[in-house]
Amino acid sequence: MNGPSGMNWRGISAIYGFELHRFRRTFWTSLMTPVITTTLYFIVFGSAIGSRMNEIDGIPYGAFIVPGLIMLSMLQESIFNASFGIYMPRWTGTIYEILSAPLSPLETVIAYVGAAATKSMIVGLVIFATAHLFVDVTVVHPLAMLAFMLVIAISFCLFGFILGLWAKSFEQLQFVPLLVIMPMTFLGGAFYTISMLPEPWRTITLFNPVIYLISGFRWTFFGQGDVSLGISLSVIAAMLAACTGIIIWMFRTGYRLKK
Amino acid sequence: MTSIISVKGVRKSYASGHIALHGVDLDIKEGEIFALLGPNGAGKTTLISIICGLVNPSEGQILVGGQDSVRDYRAARSMIGLVPQELHTDAFEKVITTVRFSRGLFGKPRNDALIEKILRDLSLWDKRDAQMQELSGGMKRRVMIAKALAHEPHVLFLDEPTAGVDVELRKDMWALVRRLRDTGVTIILTTHYIEEAEEMADRVGVINKGRVMLVEEKDQLMRKMGRKSLTLHLSQSLNAVPPELSAWDVTLKPGGHDLEYAFDARSGDSNAVSALLKQVNALGLGYHDLSTRQSSLEDIFVGLVHQGDEARKEAAA
Repeated sequence: MNGPSGMNWRGISAIYGFELHRFRRTFWTSLMTPVITTTLYFIVFGSAIGSRMNEIDGIPYGAFIVPGLIMLSMLQESIFNASFGIYMPRWTGTIYEILSAPLSPLETVIAYVGAAATKSMIVGLVIFATAHLFVDVTVVHPLAMLAFMLVIAISFCLFGFILGLWAKSFEQLQFVPLLVIMPMTFLGGAFYTISMLPEPWRTITLFNPVIYLISGFRWTFFGQGDVSLGISLSVIAAMLAACTGIIIWMFRTGYRLKK
Repeated sequence: MTSIISVKGVRKSYASGHIALHGVDLDIKEGEIFALLGPNGAGKTTLISIICGLVNPSEGQILVGGQDSVRDYRAARSMIGLVPQELHTDAFEKVITTVRFSRGLFGKPRNDALIEKILRDLSLWDKRDAQMQELSGGMKRRVMIAKALAHEPHVLFLDEPTAGVDVELRKDMWALVRRLRDTGVTIILTTHYIEEAEEMADRVGVINKGRVMLVEEKDQLMRKMGRKSLTLHLSQSLNAVPPELSAWDVTLKPGGHDLEYAFDARSGDSNAVSALLKQVNALGLGYHDLSTRQSSLEDIFVGLVHQGDEARKEAAA
């Protein structure tokens, strides 16, 4: 035991290790899927269509879509892995062990979200590497890029964790990523800048939080984005705060965890 | 002996209005085997789940080794190992990995020697590298016990450990539970097999409809409520109990062939049986066979549960 007041780091590492082990079992499928998907995007948008596109704000189209594509996969991976990670033990019933262990809610979240975010980072970096096979990309602010990826991964893993706690069925688990997140990311400016959109779509798009994430992430690559960096960071901070708040509430009330 | 678990006024009601537990008080002594007996839906699992932190109580307090199960949940939960009723396992995990995982979860440093000992004790060592999905039900149950023991708990909860387990395995399980108790682990098991409680428990608690109806030393319970009966199978039927036998608690069974005498085996006149038989002989009543029967925990249990039902019916009327 780590003492009654200290953190149960061994408990955290047990769950973290368990989750990574689960990822390792499906290592190739879970890594190849985003790589193949991204490759297809590069072939279609980068090479086929991109060659007929003008530069956007001085950036070749093939390079322009790289940050958006990384973000697209990372959002999906984060939500999918984190929601699945906590939904599975609820579904199989093995959650009993987590609930009966001397683990605080914070420790539980660190373990599950940490593991899911780790995998998202790996996927993000693999796609980043894959992109270099197709286009020339230079990153203006590499450290900021990594920090951005990490914060986004954590935020969306927290969101996924909420989803995994909330879902009562596999159908619900799939529903949100498919019908809400997918359109949001596609319309989030991964393949275009919002200035390319006609009104009223441009104004409507501003309500999509993903715009700010991709714009901020694009700034780390090219030193410029659709919206100011400050707004991007504020949106991410707000998301992080909202997800954390919801999770605290869920644990405090025992929502869907304890009867 | 000191209480290792102390349940004080624990109540559980659900939003639907269903009350699973009505203010339960219960003390478990250190080192005992305690059997919580009750029909399905009595509240056994709910009570265990509350003690172990799976379910929040609506009211009341639980102390585990003197530590509050909510305020000092780390200390309280560290002392407890839980084997739930359902076989919840990760299908793709290896036996040894999942047992190690459990130990880590409770914040204990890795200890391969201990894990090996636990697996050997449970006859699982040969299966240590098997995936959970390859195991039979009985083995899975043993893995769950291994998981619960991996962090060296002081108290082990076994929720219906032998539900759906064949006779052979059930006996193994009983032997295992006794061995565990010999190592100093306090064991609380729930069961609806009376036989199991009678066989293993030091003390028995009967729970029904969310109320603990009785907690007693098993032997005392058997003694106190252990009624015996002697049945004489008469050669010729009677129409009524002869008035000469009215000094004994004798009844005539329908058909008039069986004369039943109910008595307390441990108290009262120790010559009552011989006196009765003498009187029967004197009356010239022939019998071709006789049998005695001692009431089991089962009778006591059924009696208690019925009593409770009747009392409530009366109270409602």
